[in-house]
Amino acid sequence: MALRVWASKSASYLKISTFNRPFATVVKYLRYADSHEWVKVEGSSATVGITDHAQDHLGDVVYVELPEIGTAVTQGDSFGAVESVKATSDINSPVSGKVVEVNEELNDSPALVNSSPYEKGWIIKVELSKNDELKSLMDSDSYSKFCDEEDAKH
Amino acid sequence: MRGAGFWQLGQSITRRLAQADKKSVARRCYATEADLKKTALFDFHVAHGGKMVPFAGWSMPIQYKDSIMDSTLNCRENGSLFDVAHMCGLSLKGKDSISFLEKLVIADVAGLAPGTGTLTVFTNEKGGAIDDSVITKVTDDHIYLVVNAGCRDKDLAHIGEHMEAFKSKGGDVSWHIHDERSLLALQGPLAAPVLQHLTKEDLSKLYFGEFQILDINGARCFLTRTGYTGEDGFEISVPSENAVDLAKAILEKSEGKVRLTGLGARDSLRLEAGLCLYGNDMEQHITPVEAGLTWAIGKRRRAEGGFLGAEVILKQIADGPTIRRVGLFSPGPPARGHSEIQNEKGENIGEVTSGGFSPCLKKNIAMGYVKSGNHKAGTKVKIVVRGKAYEGAVTKMPFVATKYYKPS
Repeated sequence: MALRVWASKSASYLKISTFNRPFATVVKYLRYADSHEWVKVEGSSATVGITDHAQDHLGDVVYVELPEIGTAVTQGDSFGAVESVKATSDINSPVSGKVVEVNEELNDSPALVNSSPYEKGWIIKVELSKNDELKSLMDSDSYSKFCDEEDAKH
Repeated sequence: MRGAGFWQLGQSITRRLAQADKKSVARRCYATEADLKKTALFDFHVAHGGKMVPFAGWSMPIQYKDSIMDSTLNCRENGSLFDVAHMCGLSLKGKDSISFLEKLVIADVAGLAPGTGTLTVFTNEKGGAIDDSVITKVTDDHIYLVVNAGCRDKDLAHIGEHMEAFKSKGGDVSWHIHDERSLLALQGPLAAPVLQHLTKEDLSKLYFGEFQILDINGARCFLTRTGYTGEDGFEISVPSENAVDLAKAILEKSEGKVRLTGLGARDSLRLEAGLCLYGNDMEQHITPVEAGLTWAIGKRRRAEGGFLGAEVILKQIADGPTIRRVGLFSPGPPARGHSEIQNEKGENIGEVTSGGFSPCLKKNIAMGYVKSGNHKAGTKVKIVVRGKAYEGAVTKMPFVATKYYKPS
């Protein structure tokens, strides 16, 4: 299970940010959507961001469009956007619920999404309304595999 | 991914793929991947970490290991080497080359001194732009020009058709398409000092827009002091078998300061320089006058006409065009192509044609077309991004001062 070993080590590599790595990092205890967002669930609260793989493909993030606090989000639907020098991309919510907090720091420092996608670059916090939705998301192993397959296609 | 711009064709579309019908999207975008043309530098790009993407039928590097931000900044600080061999170099030869070309473009070709060139536009019967092109009068019976990769087939068909008609009336002109050559662009403050190491000719005597055939790194090259970044620099047409050696020599002589640079940074650079990207900022229905290229219509041409669509264009010069290309600043999210432009009352006055975040200015820049009357620098506008209107203002271009090498 080489992948599993690699994934469990990956958390310690999070601070390393180099371009064109053979593999983007994933974090073991997060869940992942196939549109490249991650979610960290603590009780009924979920923190959402975009993955290392996503930020790597986007390049330098220059703007993050955040939703208003109180906005309802639905699994699979767009709640905001992230803009890099080269592209615009919707951010889809991996979970349904209500936005209770947004990362205001991204207004001044959108590049946190690149430098710290799983920590300082988080985007919103959601109060979960449908806990069972988490089952449809990938774990870190499946997501790593999913990314490798996508990259291989291109 | 939403938004427009040429690289949407090529960039990773993982996010969109994830949401749509994967197979059909994949097929649509990548069906031709195997058929993509490769430049002489393809393996060199891959070896240097180039992220290859489909562009106008070619597999081209959108970026290398450096981010687009860093690449853009490095071009202005040191220098960039671009592979632009996907563009189509063409020579017109024969004693009537000039009078032939003048039927198709707005430039005063006859008035160019031998060894000099200019940006010009191929027009259609309605005065719209078929393509933009840098043309050089090598001699009175030899014109060298470079047209856009994406317009190659269309341009060659257009030129070819008119050439047949011209020749049938006894005109002396023929063409040679330089598929045996590759085109490299060397741009930035180190362009001249680095290239000077590789040739015996004195480059300090070759000014912006000038052309010379000379030996560079041991190969016979066509050298034009021009580019698409706003910086001083050159476009070098080199025999394809010598292209890799030349690229290596340029990078070595710069001691690593000149970096391989992809289409991504090239687009940021040209946008900062206020230069049009054909297909975005200029199209079949846009005239050179609307595009702000009236300066490229020679004085004699304004008096005499004689090019396709001249009636429309000369009338626009006299009366003023109804729409005009302008530069825009806006805070908030970067405005991309097709963003609506409104006046302060919220009425539609036009559309953004390209835009993004300027790595050098660290703010959003864009260009687009607005109705005349709204085109003056300082005019306040609104730009609609994802349904929200953001404050913006019309501004002069270039956004970043150009540094062309001109006689002082």
